Parts: sequence; C-alpha cells; structure tokens
Amino acid sequence: MRDFSYFRASSLDAARQAAALPGTMLLAGGTTLIDLAKCGVAEPDTLVDITHLKGLDRIDVNERGATIGALAKMGHIADHADIKSRFPAISEALWQAASAQIRNMATIGGNLMQRTRCPYFRGPANFSACNKREPGSGCSAIGGVTRGHAVLGTSEACIAMYPGDLATALVAFDATVHLGERKLLVDDFFLLPGSTPDREHAIEPGEMITSIEIPSSAAAHRSTYLKIRDRQSYEFAAASAAVGIEFEADGRTIRDLRVALGGVATKPWRARAVEEALKGKVLEPETVRAASRLAVEGAVDHGANHYKIELAPRVVARAILKLGETA
Amino acid sequence: MTSLPITLTINGHRHELEVDPRVTLLDLLRERLDLTGTKKGCDRGQCGACTVLVDGKRINSCLALAVSHDGANVLTIEGVARGEELHPVQAAFIAHDGFQCGFCTPGQIMSTLGLISEGQAGDDPERIREGLSGNICRCAAYGGIVEAVLEAQEQLAKSDRRTAA
Repeated sequence: MRDFSYFRASSLDAARQAAALPGTMLLAGGTTLIDLAKCGVAEPDTLVDITHLKGLDRIDVNERGATIGALAKMGHIADHADIKSRFPAISEALWQAASAQIRNMATIGGNLMQRTRCPYFRGPANFSACNKREPGSGCSAIGGVTRGHAVLGTSEACIAMYPGDLATALVAFDATVHLGERKLLVDDFFLLPGSTPDREHAIEPGEMITSIEIPSSAAAHRSTYLKIRDRQSYEFAAASAAVGIEFEADGRTIRDLRVALGGVATKPWRARAVEEALKGKVLEPETVRAASRLAVEGAVDHGANHYKIELAPRVVARAILKLGETA
Repeated sequence: MTSLPITLTINGHRHELEVDPRVTLLDLLRERLDLTGTKKGCDRGQCGACTVLVDGKRINSCLALAVSHDGANVLTIEGVARGEELHPVQAAFIAHDGFQCGFCTPGQIMSTLGLISEGQAGDDPERIREGLSGNICRCAAYGGIVEAVLEAQEQLAKSDRRTAA
C-alpha cells in the first residue's frame, strides 16, 4: 500500500472541504477502499476518516419512507424491523450481500461507492490496459475471460459489471441519494461507462453522500430480491432481480410493478420495459415469462457471459411469480 | 510517514500505541502485539481467517485500519478462554472435530461468537452455514463446524438458564 496521510474529520463541513482536494478519498467502512489500496488500484494521497462523525448512522422510517444515514452499517439496515416489513427487497438484498463480517463493517454510503469486481480492473500488476483505471489504455476484458462481465449498458471502452445488490433494490423503488446541497435519483447517481468508464458516479469533488431516502410505496411493501449465483452464499450475482408489485382490488391485475436487475449490467439496471408490459395485465405465468424477456432487450454478450441473457429473464419471472403467490 | 497515537483495549488490556496509518488491525495484532492467534489468510476480506470482534461485532481485521479504530474494544482468540478453561465454543470445536489443519479455526471461532451474539442462526444448520459463509475452511471441516456451533449454542443456552435460575 502506498503511503498516505490520514486525517480524521471532526465535522461534515471539514470532511467535505478535505474531500474537495485532489488525491483525497473518504474512508468509511474501508471494505472496498482498503482492498483496492492493497491491490494498487486506489492510491490516495490523503484519507479522510469519516467514521467518527456523529448522527450519520441513523435509520428513520415513517409513513413517507425510509431515510438511512450514510454511515449506517449494511448489517444494521438488513436487520432493522421497519426496513424488513416495509421494504423487504432492501433487507433481502443486504442479507444476501457479502459476508456477516463485511456487513458489520461496510456502510450504506460506501456501498454505493463500491467499484466493479472486474479482475482486469483490480489487477494492475498483471493487466496494464483498463479504461476504467487508466483512461485510453484499452480494455483487457474484451477478448478476455468474460464470464462475470456485463451484457447490458456496455460500451466499446468497458464491459465491467456493477456487482452490488443493494443499489439494484434502490433503483427499483426510486430511492434518492443525498449529497449535501443536492440530491439525485440513485438511478442517475450511477453512470453508464460510455467513453468515460473511469467516471462511475455522478458525485463531484467536495460532495459526500449523507443519506439515502427510499419513498414508501405499495410495490416496495410487497417486494423481494432474488439472487442467483455460482455459490450459495458470499458470492456476487450471476443474475439478480429486485421486484415489487401492487395489485388492483381483484388481487390479480397488476397496478404497479418495479423491476431492476443486478449482476448483468454496467450499473443497477431498471427494467422499465418489463414493468410497462405487465401493468394492467392479469398475473399469469405465460404472460410474465414473455414480458420478462424484455429485461434483456439490447443485450450484447462477449462469449462466456452469454448465459446471463438467458438467466436474467428467468430470474425476473420467478421473482414476479413468487410475489404473485403471496397475493 | 507519520505515526499517529491511538488507544485500543485488546482482550481487556489497554494499549497506547503509535501506528503508521497504513497498518491494519490484523498486522498490528500479529506484528506489534505478538497476538498471532488471529491469522492472515487472503488479506482481502475473502477468507475470514482474520476475524475478530470489535465492540462486540465480528469484522475482518485485514480490512480495518488500526488508526480508524482508535478507542475500540477488540476481542481476539487469545481472550476467549478463561485461563485454562476453554470457552464452550472452543470445547465444542474440539469435541466435533470442527477443523483439520486448524489455520482457519481462530477465525471460525470468533465468527461463531459473533453469530451467536447476533442471535440469527437458531438451531437451523442451513442458517448457521449462511451465517458463517464469510469463513472459508480449505480442509472442508464444515460438517464438524456446524455440529460444533449447534452444540455450543445449546451449552450456552443451558448455562444462561442456570445463571437466570
């Protein structure tokens, strides 16, 4: 790990001011940042430790929604009674993410800032080309081993998959991220790689995530997170789906539907085409399976990741049908 | 490189230390304090061999900067037994052969202590396996580990009942 200076922020303003300086990174749980510093991807000059700031780990849930402070731990949120009951997909996504140890360390703000697990991005010692790490250097993944790479939202510059579970559930339910002066939809916080894959988040120097807000909705209340992976636990998604559903009074006709995909795209992927195709329809297995194919419209594979195009619609359909059974 | 002063309570003993900000809690325990029971496996948060309890919660000490944990209360495997008397979790790991080579065992035991205090697993082997998925055992002693956790929970619940009575 390269040498860096360490500064413990005594206030939010001090943290923001320090974070505006080039070469400065914020340290919260450290589960991504320390890992990346060890593999030579993150090379901060200064770390600003925000873990000692008070009051940023609150979880408030009321009729309007949930507000979760940036320093709330993943494990704490997953186990919060009101999050479990009103936003089951959020709790389930967190339970299925990482390990118990990491959930005890990692914060929700840091979770949104986690970087891709693309081995080429994380292996500067072996792979010099990575447009995400060194703009203009090329992409080692294209033409390489692609089993874990994205099939949606890719560009000629980058096919790295967004690995997170929580943010997939957040975009399904129109959550916003508060950055101090401004707030953004989580969907807009994550950027497509395009020609600038080095820029993954719409956060600016001097900004810091202070909280995440999830509005209440009937669909969020009846929701689930289904994650399919190579290993049953402590593994990133081969494909996952955050789904929420609201029925009309007849209990069969879909009034509102939310669908987002994880493990298949370069960012948390809202599948609006599936939502629109099923709104107003009666929930029937065949209808759901046909509409779920729309989740991967425009998908492009790079050989070994082709299975994701087959798998993702099945995960979506299974999640929707599972919620239907509870009607 | 500037060393920074921190205070840590480790296994009940208070330590005042000067640390390089890059030093992880794991390296501090092993290299500075000779508490080598906590193991360095992957050093990337993937294997769980470095698991310790910080303020009662299990964490990967390889991903924790010591300087950031100023003021914390740390429990390592060396602080688990009471003198010569093994903790029920330790005794159960021995009774059920919850290890083979033993390298991952301190992490498995610390993670089990965390799991039991979180109260999530109950007596369901499937939930124990899920709750301990952050601890890899390359000898694959998982069968014995799950049996050990089940028995340790039973023993601890019994002694809780005795204490309450």
